[in-house]
Amino acid sequence: MTDRNSYRLTPEEEQRRKRRSRALGLTLGILCLLLFAITIAKLGPQVLNRPL
Amino acid sequence: MNTLSNSLTKAQNESIASNGLSQGDVSDFFALLKPRVMFLVVFTALVGMVVSHPDVNPLLAFVSLLMIAVGGGASGCLNMWWDADIDAIMTRTRKRPIPAGKIQPNEALAFGLTLSAGSVLILGLASNWLAAGLLAFTIFFYVVIYSMWLKRSTPQNIVIGGAAGALPPIVAQAAVTGSVAWDSVILFAIIFMWTPPHFWALALVKSGDYERAGVPMMPNVAGPDSTRFQILAYTVLLAPLGMAPVFFGFGGLAYAIISLIGGLGMLALAVQVYRLREGEPAMRVAQQLFGFSILYLFLLFATLLAEHGFGFFQPVMG
Repeated sequence: MTDRNSYRLTPEEEQRRKRRSRALGLTLGILCLLLFAITIAKLGPQVLNRPL
Repeated sequence: MNTLSNSLTKAQNESIASNGLSQGDVSDFFALLKPRVMFLVVFTALVGMVVSHPDVNPLLAFVSLLMIAVGGGASGCLNMWWDADIDAIMTRTRKRPIPAGKIQPNEALAFGLTLSAGSVLILGLASNWLAAGLLAFTIFFYVVIYSMWLKRSTPQNIVIGGAAGALPPIVAQAAVTGSVAWDSVILFAIIFMWTPPHFWALALVKSGDYERAGVPMMPNVAGPDSTRFQILAYTVLLAPLGMAPVFFGFGGLAYAIISLIGGLGMLALAVQVYRLREGEPAMRVAQQLFGFSILYLFLLFATLLAEHGFGFFQPVMG
């Protein structure tokens, strides 16, 4: 059984992990925007027409 | 998978075993999506949308196209996951992220499944569930029917499996109109009929690669001469089929000219492939047919895009 905490990432692995994290964050951000835009495009102005 | 782990370098295996962390960069994950195939999927799907002249919100059409692209990429990713062992053997594919040891098979599987589910779900929300169902069927057909079943069991693999690559115009039309009409079915038929001469021309050149990997491509099973005859037979059917949009009224004057000249070009090259059977000239003409087939399909679809998307349509029939 390898102790994962004892493993130190090489600088190159650190860089790759950082780039993967950024890409994942960007993708999730785009997904949120996309779902918001789909909702607005589907419902149009009706999205505001609801009892408060 | 034994073959795969044997093909990795010692350092790569040790690195994967020691930390369990992904070794992949963003570009490696992108490569899993087969970007060139994805471009073809987007392009043919866009034409499927444009010929339908849909009355649809442009944003929803864009999202639909994006999800068809992501679904196509997910299929490619799952195909690479399944075929990693043979990819490691063939020179054409051994630098792909999994055989190169940059991405672990389980990562590719999770990535492909997530993108498949996500693309189908969002396409359903953005357009309709007919389109989403067709996209799900396309992914299923490419991964399960083609990659897992046909590819390693019959020389008809790319003939039947070609249906998956031909479906994007139908999915796209369903996404923007809610139904499937004749025009997208004809586009499907053109891509379907184009696939055998396209891939078998490549297989004639790369038959050694496929032989080593144990993939029963037509030249390895039926022999090069039979493959040459079948290339010619499919091209004889493809050339008139390529002109079908003119007779169905959605291919205009420019399309009629381009599809006629392109079809004759395909036929001329297929005849050459059939006649030249020995040595370097035979390989060269097969390579030429492979290259020209890409140009032919691109020109057919680009002309339809220009005619319907940019107002260059001049009717030939009626």
